[in-house]
Amino acid sequence: MTNHFIDFRNADVILNMGSNVAVNHPVSFKWIQAAKDKGTIFIHVDPRFNRTSTKADIFTRLRSGTDIAFLGGMIHYILNNNLFDEFYIKNYTNAPFIIDPKYNFNDGLFSGYDSSKRSYDRTAWALIKDPQGIPKRDPSLKDPQSVFQWMKKHFSRYTFEKVSEITGTPIQDLEKVYRAFGSTGRPDRSGTVLYAMGWTQHTVGVQNIRAMSIIQLLLGNMGVAGGGVNALRGESNVQGSTDHALLFHILPGYLPIPRSHLATMEDYNKTTPQSNDPGSVNWWKHRPKYMTSFLKSMYGGKVAQENDFGYGWLPKIDTDQDASWLNLFDEMHKGSFTGFFAWGMNPACSSANSGKVRQALSNLDWMVNVNVFDNETGSFWKGPGMNAQTIKTEVFQLPCAASMEKEGSITNGGRWMQWRHKAADSPGEAKPDGDIIFELFQKIQALYLKEKGEFPDPILNLKWDYQTNGRFDIHKVAKEINGYFLEEVDQHPVDKKAYKKGTLVPSFVYLLDDGRTSSGNWLYSASYTEAGNMAARRKSIDPSGLGLFPEWSWCWPVNRRILYNRASVDLEGNPRDPKRPLIKWDAGKKKWVGDIPDFGAPPMKSSGIYPFIMKPDGVASIFGPGLKDGPFPEHYEPLESPLEKNLLSSQRINPAVKIFGGNLDSFSFNDPRYPYVCTTYRVAEHWQTGVMTRWQSWLIEAEPQMFCDLSVELAAIKGIQSGDRVLVETPRGKVAATAVVTSRFKPFNIAGKTVHQIGVPIHFGWIHPKDGGDSANLLTPGVGDPNTMIPETKAFMANVRRLNKKSGTKS
Amino acid sequence: MAEGISLLIDTTKCIACRGCQVACKQWNQRAAEKTVNHGNRQNPPDLSFNTWKLVRFSEIPRDVAPLYFFPDQCRHCLTPSCKEMADLRAGNLITIDKKTGAVIFNQKTKLKPEDFEEIREACPYDIPRFNSGSMQMAKCTLCFNRTQEGIPPACVKTCPTGGMQFGNRQEILDKANKRLAEVRRIYKHALLVDPEEVRVIYLLADDPRKYYHLTKAENKPGISRKVALKQFSQPLRMFRALAG
Ligand code: SF4
Ligand code: SF4
Repeated sequence: MTNHFIDFRNADVILNMGSNVAVNHPVSFKWIQAAKDKGTIFIHVDPRFNRTSTKADIFTRLRSGTDIAFLGGMIHYILNNNLFDEFYIKNYTNAPFIIDPKYNFNDGLFSGYDSSKRSYDRTAWALIKDPQGIPKRDPSLKDPQSVFQWMKKHFSRYTFEKVSEITGTPIQDLEKVYRAFGSTGRPDRSGTVLYAMGWTQHTVGVQNIRAMSIIQLLLGNMGVAGGGVNALRGESNVQGSTDHALLFHILPGYLPIPRSHLATMEDYNKTTPQSNDPGSVNWWKHRPKYMTSFLKSMYGGKVAQENDFGYGWLPKIDTDQDASWLNLFDEMHKGSFTGFFAWGMNPACSSANSGKVRQALSNLDWMVNVNVFDNETGSFWKGPGMNAQTIKTEVFQLPCAASMEKEGSITNGGRWMQWRHKAADSPGEAKPDGDIIFELFQKIQALYLKEKGEFPDPILNLKWDYQTNGRFDIHKVAKEINGYFLEEVDQHPVDKKAYKKGTLVPSFVYLLDDGRTSSGNWLYSASYTEAGNMAARRKSIDPSGLGLFPEWSWCWPVNRRILYNRASVDLEGNPRDPKRPLIKWDAGKKKWVGDIPDFGAPPMKSSGIYPFIMKPDGVASIFGPGLKDGPFPEHYEPLESPLEKNLLSSQRINPAVKIFGGNLDSFSFNDPRYPYVCTTYRVAEHWQTGVMTRWQSWLIEAEPQMFCDLSVELAAIKGIQSGDRVLVETPRGKVAATAVVTSRFKPFNIAGKTVHQIGVPIHFGWIHPKDGGDSANLLTPGVGDPNTMIPETKAFMANVRRLNKKSGTKS
Repeated sequence: MAEGISLLIDTTKCIACRGCQVACKQWNQRAAEKTVNHGNRQNPPDLSFNTWKLVRFSEIPRDVAPLYFFPDQCRHCLTPSCKEMADLRAGNLITIDKKTGAVIFNQKTKLKPEDFEEIREACPYDIPRFNSGSMQMAKCTLCFNRTQEGIPPACVKTCPTGGMQFGNRQEILDKANKRLAEVRRIYKHALLVDPEEVRVIYLLADDPRKYYHLTKAENKPGISRKVALKQFSQPLRMFRALAG
C-alpha cells in the first residue's frame, strides 16, 4: 500500500474493486466503517453481491476479467468532464512529456510487436529528451505527441456504450461510480482504492493496477491522506516476504537479481538508474551502496573491494530467465530439477492448475514439507488419482511453530513492521522456521567443510552468526537487516559525524559502497537502531490527527507513513488540502512538519525537486514504458472468455502472454462445453488453502464444504437447487461442490448475449475434512500475466452440472 | 431490575464475519457441530446446546441489497419468561445475576424434556436449547463471568467493526437512540428491537422479518410462541425457506 489501513478513514470516497474487504480483511473494515460514519461514499464493484456489498453506498457488478474496460471508461469520463487535477498532472506526472514519434497504437497492438515471439520490441515506447538528457515537456498539454494527448486518444474508445457491452455493467451504474469517484479530483477531496487478487490474478493483472494508478494520478490522489493505491494483501506478511525477496527477480529491498551477463559488480552497477534532470532525486542512484552493504551482510569479513565484495558468489539467473511460480512447476514437471522445499505453503492446492503441480511433485527425488499440519502437498502421493507404488519422491515432513509460537516481525499491507512476541511453546518437535533454517544451514556448511562440494565458496563463506548461547536469536537477524557500521567512521560523508564500529546504522542514508557498512535489506534500515527495536514500539500518539501513529511499530521507508507525500503540497510546500495537512513546509524553521517527508529538500519552487523520488524522471508515470505489454493499459479478454472476439480490437487476448504447451495446460474459449465464466474467492472463515483452518473445528463448522455459487437464473436452466451436489468442470479438472443458488449472482448482458457467471472458494483440499471436497485450483488455468506471471485464476471458463439431489447433505 | 448491563448489536455495522460466533464458542468452550453446506452460508443451521450465538444469513431475492445478517443470541429479557416457566417446572434452573442482570442457567440441573419444551416455548425468541443425553439446558450467559468484572463479553470484544457495544444499561440505551437517529437518515425504517424489554438490543436497518422470523417478540402476553408462529403470514414462510 502507498497508504495504510487507518488512512481509509480519511477518504471522501472509497472504491473497493477486485477485492472483498469485509470478508478477507474484516478487521480493516472498522476504518471503512469509521469513514462511513463521517459520510464517506463506499463503492463496491464485484461480479457478485457479497458481504462487502451489503455495506456499499453504490454496488455494481462487472463480468470477471473486464476491469480495464471499466477503469478505462472512468479515465475517459474524467478527461471528458475535466474532473482531473490540472495542477497535479502538470507538475507531478509525465502528462506534459513528449512521446517518441515512432510510438504508435493501432487496433489493440502497440508499436514493436513480434507475433512469432509474442512480445514487443519496446524501443519506441520512449519519452523524448533534450540534448542535456532532460525530458521534453509541453506545459500546455496541447502537443499531440504529449502523454496527455496520447492518453486522451487511447481512452477515447472507452465510451459508456462500449464499456457496458464488455463489462455487462449497466450504463447508469457506470456513470454513478465514475461521477462519485471523479468527484475526488478537487484538491480538497480524496479518494482511495482497495484492491486484491481480484485485480492481480489476471493475464492483465499489472495493467489493471496501472489503470487505477492513472486514475489516481489524474485525480491528484497519490501521496495524499485518504488517497493512494492500496493492495490488501492475501496473507498477513506478504508485504514483508516480498520486501525480503520472496520472488525470484529481486534481492532484499527490491535490488534486481544479478543476471548472467552482469558478471561483475561493475557491470551490475552500470545498470543503476540514471537521470540528468537536476530536479529529479532519482533515489535509486544510491543502489550501489545498498548492494555492497547487502553483500557485507551476506559474507561479512570474507569480502572486500579486492574480491568484488563476493558479488561473484551470488547466484545469477539467465538474462531472459523467468523463474516465477508457473515456470518453476513447469520445469519441475519436465524433471529439470529433483529436490524441492515446500515451506509454509501448499502448492498442491494453492497453485493454479494444481493437478499439474500434483503430477510435477511425483517427478522429484525428494521434497521437504515444512508446515504446521500435514497437507495435500506433503501427502500428494496418496491423494486422489495417485498411485503411490509408482511415485519415487521421498517426502520429509518438518513440523514448524505456528505464528503465536515464535517471536519476530511481520510487515502488514500498510508497510508497518510490527514485532510480535511469543505466546506459547510449540508442541512436540515443532520449531520456529528461523530455527529450522538456521540449523539446516549449519549442517549444510559442516557437510561442505567435510566433503567439499562444487563451488563451496558461497556456502562456506556465508556469515552465519545468528545465535546467542548456542540458540538461534531472531534479534540478531533483525539487527543484521538494519545494518551495522563495520569499521570506525570518523567523518561520515552524510553528516560529518563519527560512528563507532559495531554500532547499528541509524538509517539507509548512512550506508556506504566501500564496505564499511552492512545491511541485509536497505529498505528496513532504521528499523532496529541503537535506540532499540522500532518495530516493537507501541505508543498510540497521533500528533497529525490523521491516524499516522508515528510511534506505533515502524514503517518502511524511514517510518514514512504515506508514500510520495510531497505530492500533497503545492510548489511552496503548503498542503493543497488544508483539512488533511500531511506535511507542510515551515519556512521559518526551514523544515518540514508532519509525516516524514518523501525527501527533505525545501519545496519544489525553491529547490526544483520533484516529488516522486523513486522514479528516474522524478514524476509519476501516466505513460509507463517499463512493462512488457504496453505503456498504457488496454482491455483484452481473459485467455478463457465467453466471447469469440474482443469488442474493442482484433487482439482477443493480451498479445504478450506466454502460453504453455502440453496436454496438462489445455484452455477453452467460446466453447459450448464450458459456457460459464468462473472465478475463485475466499470466505472469512478460512485461511488460504485451509491448511490451518480446516483443522479448526469452530471454523470448519461454519464453512464445512466446497460450494459453488450460481444465479437463480442459471440454476433454473440447469435444474439445480440449493443444496444439490454439482460438478464444476474445466478442461483441466473437475471438482464436486454443493450448489448455493443465489440472487447475489446475476446473468450479464454482454453485447446482447446472456453470460452466466459462477464462483468457487479456494480453501478446500482432500486431506481434511473427508467430506470437505477438493481444491478449486484443479480448475484454474496456468497462464500468467506477462510481467509477473501471476496466474489468471480470477477469470476462466467452466461448466457446472447436477450430480444428484442433496446427496451430500445428510447430517 | 433496570440497571445492570446491556449490549447494543448494530446490524448496520455487521459484516457477518462470524467472529462473534467463534469467540463465543472459544470463551465458553462449546464443542463444534458436524455440519454440511446445505446450500447457504448459515452454519451451524440453528442455535443448539453448543451454539449460543449464531450469525443468521437471510437472502431476499428481489431486494437491491439481498443479504441480511442477524447475530442471534439470548436477549436477556428484563422479565424473562423462560425463568417464569422454569420457576414453575424446574426449580432454580434459571436465575438472574444480581450485578449484571444476565439471565443465567444452572449447568448442573437436569430436567425432563417436556419441562424443557415448555421453557423453550415460553421464550419469545426461541433461544433455550437442550441436550437430550445429559438432560441439561444451555444458552448464552451474557458472559457473566466476564461482565461481572466489567470485561466485555467475548463476542463484543471480538467484533471488528464496532457492531457490538457493551456498557451499563442507560449508557447503551442512550447510544442506541443516538445511533438510531443517525442511521435513520439513510435507512428510513430503522428501529431498535424491544429496547424496553431486553438487555441485548438490536438495531435493524429494515423490516425485522427480512432478517429472521424471530428477531422481534411477536407474541402478546398469554400467547405462546407456538400459537404466535401459526399466526405468521405467508411471505414469512418464503423467507424461511430461502434462509434454510
Ligand atoms: S431471550 Fe428467551 S432465553 Fe433469553 S432471557 Fe429472554 S426469554 Fe429467556
Ligand atoms: S463479530 Fe461483529 S461484524 Fe462479525 S458477525 Fe459478529 S456482529 Fe457481525
